[in-house]
Amino acid sequence: MSAITDQQLVDFVYAEARMLDEQQFEVWLELFTEDGYYWMPLAHGQTDPRLHASLLYEDKLLLRVRVERLAGQRTFSQQPKSRSHHLLARPEIETGHEWHAPDRGQYVVRTAFHYVETRQDQQTLFAGWSVHQLIAAEDGLRIKQKRVDLVNCDSAMRSIQLLM
Amino acid sequence: MSYRNNPEAIQALVRPTEVHKDLFIDDEIFQLEMEHLFANAWVYVGHASQVPNVGDYFTTTVGDQPVVMVRHNDNTVRVLHNRCPHKGVMVVNDPCGNTGKFFRCPYHAWSFKTDGALLALPLKRGYDPDVFKQTEASQGMAQVENVRNHRDFIFCRLSPEGQSFEEFFGESLSTLDNMVDRSPEGKLEVAGGVLRYMHDCNWKMLVDNQTDTCHPMVAHESSAGTAVRVWNEAPEGTPKPMAVEQFAPFISSYEFFEGMGIRVWENGHGHTGVSDSIHAAYSDIPGYQESMVKAYGEERAKQILGDVRHNTTYFPNIMVKGPIQTLRIFKPLAPNKTLVESWTFRLVGAPDKLLERTLMYNRLINAPTSMVGHDDHEVYERAQHGLHSRGRDWVNVARLYDPTEEGRKNEVTNGTNEWQMRNQYRAWAHYMTADMQQKEPA
Repeated sequence: MSAITDQQLVDFVYAEARMLDEQQFEVWLELFTEDGYYWMPLAHGQTDPRLHASLLYEDKLLLRVRVERLAGQRTFSQQPKSRSHHLLARPEIETGHEWHAPDRGQYVVRTAFHYVETRQDQQTLFAGWSVHQLIAAEDGLRIKQKRVDLVNCDSAMRSIQLLM
Repeated sequence: MSYRNNPEAIQALVRPTEVHKDLFIDDEIFQLEMEHLFANAWVYVGHASQVPNVGDYFTTTVGDQPVVMVRHNDNTVRVLHNRCPHKGVMVVNDPCGNTGKFFRCPYHAWSFKTDGALLALPLKRGYDPDVFKQTEASQGMAQVENVRNHRDFIFCRLSPEGQSFEEFFGESLSTLDNMVDRSPEGKLEVAGGVLRYMHDCNWKMLVDNQTDTCHPMVAHESSAGTAVRVWNEAPEGTPKPMAVEQFAPFISSYEFFEGMGIRVWENGHGHTGVSDSIHAAYSDIPGYQESMVKAYGEERAKQILGDVRHNTTYFPNIMVKGPIQTLRIFKPLAPNKTLVESWTFRLVGAPDKLLERTLMYNRLINAPTSMVGHDDHEVYERAQHGLHSRGRDWVNVARLYDPTEEGRKNEVTNGTNEWQMRNQYRAWAHYMTADMQQKEPA
């Protein structure tokens, strides 16, 4: 396949956030490779998802459980449903990242964001940045890992029910 | 009506099979819990592995009291009220660290030994020694006198008078002992960070929930039920992931939970999962069994690992899971506000995979991002709102009530019995009023 342009990478990140905000979770899930992970560290600058706690460290199976749960008839914490909104800063291609290797179809993109999650009368603002590790597949880009770092990752928090 | 200095009114809130809504929503009751219940009971402070070296400290709260736990120069762990005797500043602010030989207040540089004694203060000639020694401040930072270290678990009783540590816990310490014994070296270390989850509900709802075995198949159908359903769609022969092993037992049948049993100790302590539990069927981790047999011998190792207790509630506000090495603290912040801290331990000398399993469990069940957590959080907060209804005044705990149970202890009963909840509420009434004087009628 032809080389991936910077614009395609940027467009992918915007489109992915929009799918989440539009709650197209089933479509969103298909963006991940079969061995893909979604990681939200608990510690600032965390390097180990295995022997240190994280807020989320989920493979595709767990993400599927999450997505199906959100649509479940007996998911009482989503009655009524939550809504989310991403406000993204311009995604930056991380050409200096050790995993970034266009010649092997691997790309790293960092995107600062503000994210709002609401349910009933509660609205919570989160700020942070996400790092997408993307792989060029036959039919387009896929997520190998999405890492979401919150600036207040170690604060006491109420429920975060949707995905940033 | 005021509950202050009114033990009769407080005791009347706990009936044999129901408790009054004021336990959960009343401001004065909450304040009295902080002054009485959290002073009379032995409350968990922290773990000695958090302060391994002299001068290491860890800051936390006991009830609503800010304290600092510190390793003193005689190698014992001390607990000090985190309050400068001068102007009231919290002397230590970091969650943990090393203070060296003394604490130094950031406001006026008064300094204190790690047992709280006043060491020095600048420009001391400004104080007349005879006047100064009459002041409270001359005594330094207040030390909590009653501190006990049980196999590295640090508890304290804020009240100078009261029940001894041994009387308070009775036989219940066996759960902590089992968790420690699960290390081939008989040693635990706090590891992996702490999950902190804020709830807009009363702290006792979380305590009540720990031995509530009739909610998982209902409240957690959405999370554990979905996990099982998704897993069932996996291709034949796919190895069962650790996450599914952890989720699936949550939606076991009523019969399973009835059969696993509950043990009710005295003073509000008790545990679910006597003969079986949701932690009983985890896969073996290579190398662990062998290291346990080597350390303890075949029979003793089997005994330790065969004790698969589910949730042990230590009254008033912690829950321990031995088989998965977690400890949760339900920290009361207000009648309708509770901070849940979920801590994890490394079994010293055991393979890393056990800590990985523990951390996965904590993340899947106890994080603010946990699906299981969302299920529970939702019902707690709905209860906090619902209890303000004047349509009903009482919360029901009548399941399998036996009129002869009061005063009995160390018994095993049906796993869906609410006896353990009744045990907690009786203990609540007791420790609320144990040191309370009835006000003389005007």
